[in-house]
Amino acid sequence: MSELNFEYGLLLPEFILVGAAAAVLMLDAFREDLRISRNLLPAITVLGALIAGVASLLFLDRDPTDFAQLIAVDDYTTFFRILFIATLIAIVLGSYEFVNRNITHQGEFYALLLASTIGAIYMAAARELLTAYISIELLSFSLYVGVSLAKTDTRSGEAGLKYVLLGGVASAMLLYGLSIIYGTTGATTYDGIAAALEDGVVGTPAFLLGLAFLVGGLGFKASAVPFHMWTPDAYEGAPLPITAYISATSKAATFALMLALFGIALDAAKADWQWMLASLAVATMVVGNLIAIQQSNIKRLLAYSSIGQVGFMLMAITTVSDASGSALLLHLAGYLITNLAVFIAVIAFYNRTGSEEIEDFRGLAETQPYLALVITTALFSLSGMPLLAGFVTKFVLFQAAAEEGFLWLATVAVIMSTVSLYYYLKVIRQMYVAEPADGDSRWRLSPIAYLTTGVLFLGIFLVGLWATPIFEAADGASAMLFG
Amino acid sequence: MTDNEGYLLLSLPLIPLGAAVLLMFVPSGERTLIRIVTGAASVAMFVISVYVFFAFDYRGEQFQGVLAWPWFENVGFLGENGVQLKVGVDGIAAPMVLLTGIVILTGTWVSWKQEHRSKDFFILLFVLVAGVYGTFVALDLFFWFLLYETAVLPMYLLIAVWGSGRREYGAMKLMMMLVAASILIFTAIFGIFTEAGLGTFDLPALFDATYDPTFQKIMFPLIVLGCGTLGGIFPLHPWSPDGHAAAPTAVSMLHAGVLMKLGAFGIIRLGFQMMPEGGEFWAPALLTLGIVGALYGAIGALRQTDFKLMTGFSSVSHMGYVFLGLGTLNLIGMSGAVLQMFAHGVMTALFFLLIGALYDQSHDREITHYSGLAKQMPIWAVFFVIAGLASFGLPGLSGFIAEVHIFIGAFRAYPIVGGLAVLTAAITATYLLRMFARTFFGEADPRWSGIGEITWAERAGATVLSISIFALGLWPAPWIDRIAMGLEMGIPEVLS
Repeated sequence: MSELNFEYGLLLPEFILVGAAAAVLMLDAFREDLRISRNLLPAITVLGALIAGVASLLFLDRDPTDFAQLIAVDDYTTFFRILFIATLIAIVLGSYEFVNRNITHQGEFYALLLASTIGAIYMAAARELLTAYISIELLSFSLYVGVSLAKTDTRSGEAGLKYVLLGGVASAMLLYGLSIIYGTTGATTYDGIAAALEDGVVGTPAFLLGLAFLVGGLGFKASAVPFHMWTPDAYEGAPLPITAYISATSKAATFALMLALFGIALDAAKADWQWMLASLAVATMVVGNLIAIQQSNIKRLLAYSSIGQVGFMLMAITTVSDASGSALLLHLAGYLITNLAVFIAVIAFYNRTGSEEIEDFRGLAETQPYLALVITTALFSLSGMPLLAGFVTKFVLFQAAAEEGFLWLATVAVIMSTVSLYYYLKVIRQMYVAEPADGDSRWRLSPIAYLTTGVLFLGIFLVGLWATPIFEAADGASAMLFG
Repeated sequence: MTDNEGYLLLSLPLIPLGAAVLLMFVPSGERTLIRIVTGAASVAMFVISVYVFFAFDYRGEQFQGVLAWPWFENVGFLGENGVQLKVGVDGIAAPMVLLTGIVILTGTWVSWKQEHRSKDFFILLFVLVAGVYGTFVALDLFFWFLLYETAVLPMYLLIAVWGSGRREYGAMKLMMMLVAASILIFTAIFGIFTEAGLGTFDLPALFDATYDPTFQKIMFPLIVLGCGTLGGIFPLHPWSPDGHAAAPTAVSMLHAGVLMKLGAFGIIRLGFQMMPEGGEFWAPALLTLGIVGALYGAIGALRQTDFKLMTGFSSVSHMGYVFLGLGTLNLIGMSGAVLQMFAHGVMTALFFLLIGALYDQSHDREITHYSGLAKQMPIWAVFFVIAGLASFGLPGLSGFIAEVHIFIGAFRAYPIVGGLAVLTAAITATYLLRMFARTFFGEADPRWSGIGEITWAERAGATVLSISIFALGLWPAPWIDRIAMGLEMGIPEVLS
């Protein structure tokens, strides 16, 4: 075995995030004594994230390297560092009004977001099974607490408990699967597993069992059907910013991990898992989108629609290749921007109305036309309408699957995309066609809500009309996995 | 047309998009400013469209005004020229560009009296027009489809917010049917790109690629049904009467006048030009759907007593001629199909303009509720007669030129179908003449004594459309030359 590289400087961005998390926690603990403003906590979080983001850029286009063969530091890692840090900043900015009003433990809130971002980044960067597992748990544990942070809402505690119990079972499954794979291949590094598979472990019953547990455990984390039961409750019970965070970072990180794991380590065993993932993808797309039709709560609607989205992304893992890898990364970037736009707009709506019911969006085009425009644009983008991010990224994603011989899967995806348009239109209908309730008059957004939604709104069009830079970055990042 | 004139082609979708963005920053109350912006944009589009049509050289290259900018290259599964922003027109697209220019000019004028959220209305209308223009001038399959979908996207809100009658039902039905049809086009495009294996969405390159005959036979029907739905092909037409009946005037004009042509245009571009062997195989089916649609639409129109529903069914019938013409596989029949796309576009736009003008005053679309309108609104009645006569193909008007081509083509291909087509024209004449007799003549109904003549904007719009009807009817050569050249160079394998 070659010499291990212990250059801690490679982990600089995460050290900065840890530092910010510690600072936020400590300052919150002594806030009363030091008489500092509450706004300092989000400010430190954003500042720390910005510095970490800049630090990540230092690693751009450098020779790929790794930390002790556990964590890769290359363009793939950088891609996700930037993506997750940007998501963190957007969520903190978009939700600090909400947090001031609804969350009592603010220091914990920001510290947990920072910690989970580190987990998310290492899920993408991990090149070894145990590191991958620990990263998943870092993300998950932060979110278990995060979901139950809305102390005033009884649904929050229930959701947190459900999430932690089911999450525990899934972690056990995942760990069991990983241990069997280690047992059959004798390696925990992705490269080691790939080498062992070349020597013919593929197809043995033990290995298949390990794969099945692995797919089940990861399927839970990604909320793939039939492991999705926790998702709607967790989404509904969690405070809105945490819901946004689960739907964005947590999901993207799981796919970043799966792409690396299946692309590097398990590629040789494609025949063993391809059918598993293909059937998961179909079930997830179909069930998620069909159940979403019946929802009347916007969080539950978005929960099921995000399950549907997971189905589309699973398709890219099913057909894993260089081309579908870059398509997936492009899609993830577009999806994060669009999804954050919806959620931050919904948070702004909630701050004003205190409601999450789709019915209460009626007449929003009269009372707050800008917000209605943002939500409409984002929902159209999620359903894959043209000029917006969703069309380009879905088109590329589906075409990549078709290229790999999965035209039928791409067709199912397009059909389910069309179904999703139907329930998004129901929301849009409330805003534009229904009259506002009596007594509703025009209201104003806070400047920060304008700013965050405005940037994301432009981002949706930017990806929709000129995705070239992101596509090229995604292609470069994906090339790190597939050589 | 030189290649540098491709900038003009590019400006066609960019002008309405730019105007839409500009409108976002105009305060809703500034009605004059909204009129200036929309008026200037529509005149600019019209002038460029007319120029493009006449500047197109029917003795020149197949595609003219070709300009390309790289978009995605050598990323993912894409190779050289993977996705480009590429524009250019051929002899089939040039008349369609002209048609769009005429309809958006007149549609903008008549929409000026729209008071309810007029700014938002124009933003969506212009996005729609950008999509339509873009589809006609795009020479890259990715952008072609992106813009095709863009044309459909604003329809839901345009109908649901500004429509009348069963607007929510009509809007949802139209939107879901059209988007569902796009599934088939999506699948076909994925298949075509993979089968060609060129790593590029460049349309001329994809036209030249060879596709396995079996593949063509599987994919061609997807295009016909997918694009055909937007074109109102039988039996996937049910969105059309309901959607058109519910839509506001300018949207009906654009939708029946131009948007339905996108469907037929898609069948030519992605169907016949891409997969000629599939086209030859399925042509009899296309022809059958065409004649059935023509007859069905005409009989449906015969039964309607609502102005807009009648015109909606009439559109299904006239679009049936287009598919019939395409199915003949001979030059004259297929030329007739493209001519009919233009002829029906201007004629049906005029119809919807006039029906809208009446409805805005009376808020009643029931044909049987009216009588003696010719005395009250003589100018309106004259324009209505022009549209009606064009609709059933009076010589000297646009409909005649188109239908005579289609009938000859049909008689050459299958005489029995030609006979049925002539029968359809007779039914068309029946329902139109009956409507004229009921509404124009007789005692003036006191209920409608308050109804006056149409506004100046509507007169101007109706005049422009009528001039187009006469122009094609009396001097069809510019159209026929371009269309025949476009077909001969585009689908030489198909024409028998």
